[in-house]
Amino acid sequence: MNNDIYSKYLVKLPTMWCPGCGNGIVLQAIIRSIDEMDLDLDKVVFVSGIGCSSRAVNYLNFDCMHTNHGRAIAFATGIKMANPELKVIVLTGDGDCASIGGNHLIHACRRNIDLTIICMNNSNYGMTGGQYSPTTPIGSITKTSIYGSYEPPFDLCDLTKSAGASFVARAATYYPVQMKNIIKNAINHKGLSFVDCASDCPSLYGRLNRLSDAANMMSLWKDRLVTIKQAETMSSEQLQGKVIWGEFVNNNDREEYCDIYARNISKAKESING
Amino acid sequence: MENNNSLKANINSRLCKGCGICVLFCPKKIIEVKQDKAFINNIDDCIGCRQCEYHCPDFAIVVGDNNG
Repeated sequence: MNNDIYSKYLVKLPTMWCPGCGNGIVLQAIIRSIDEMDLDLDKVVFVSGIGCSSRAVNYLNFDCMHTNHGRAIAFATGIKMANPELKVIVLTGDGDCASIGGNHLIHACRRNIDLTIICMNNSNYGMTGGQYSPTTPIGSITKTSIYGSYEPPFDLCDLTKSAGASFVARAATYYPVQMKNIIKNAINHKGLSFVDCASDCPSLYGRLNRLSDAANMMSLWKDRLVTIKQAETMSSEQLQGKVIWGEFVNNNDREEYCDIYARNISKAKESING
Repeated sequence: MENNNSLKANINSRLCKGCGICVLFCPKKIIEVKQDKAFINNIDDCIGCRQCEYHCPDFAIVVGDNNG
C-alpha cells in the first residue's frame, strides 16, 4: 500500500526543486499524513502563494490553487468561508507567509479560522536567487546581505502563538516521521493550525554560507534541534543558535471563526424576520 | 526470495538528483552516490528501515516491491 502513495497523490514528477531541497521531504510528509487520515479527497483543497515551496501544489493530485505572492491565506480564508466543509491547507514559504503575507498570517491567527498553514521555512527567498527573508538568522550571508544579515529574525511559532493561533508547532526535515505526525494533528485540529517546517536551501543559502552539500546541511540539524522538553532545562546561553521543535500550542478553547460567523448570520436573520 | 525483496530499498534513477541525503541516513551505509545518482551497493544488507525513503526529497526511493 505504501508504494502506491506516490502514484496516488502525486503527478508530474520529477519536481523542479534543486538537489537536497527540504520542500520534497515536507511534501512527502504531507501526503503520508493525508494517506493515514482517511479523508474524503474531494474535500481537501491546497492553496499556495509564490515561491519554491508554493510550487508543491503543481505536483499534488488534489484541488489546488496557486495564488498571488503572499495572498495564499487570504484566498484560503475565502474558500473556507464559502464552503466550511472543505479542509483547506495552505502551503507557503517563509518569505511568502511572514514577509509579504505577514498581515494575512496574523489576522488569520486572530480570527482562528479553520485553516492548516504549513510554512516550509528555508531561511531565504529561494526562487528569486537567495535574498534574505524575515527568518534568516543573524550573521548569515545571502545575496542581499553579503556581509552577514544583521536583522533579528522572526520566530514564526512565537508570532502565531501571540497572534492567537490555536495550534502551533514546529517540525524539521531531519525528523520526517515526527513531521508527518505533527502535520496530521494540525490537519485534524479545528481552528487555525500553523506548522513551521525547518528545512534547507542547499544551493543558495548553503552555498553562500559555505555549508558544503545537502547531506552536510542535514547533518548540522542533529545538534541544532532540541525538543520543547529538552529546552525547558536549558539556559538561554545554551539555547543560542538552537531550534526548538514540537507542539507549542494545542488548545480547543477558542471558538472557530466559521462557527461564529454562521451563528451571527442566523441571529441577524432572526432579527430581520421576527 | 520474493518475500525478502519486498522490504528492500529501490532507487528510481530517473527521479534521483544525487543530493546524498540517503547516504547520510542509511544505518547500514550501503548507498553510494556515483555520477550524481544514488546506487545501492549490497542490497542483501538492506534492513528496510525506510530512513532513506522518508528523507528522500525527490520521491526516488521506495522500500518494498516497486509497483508504484
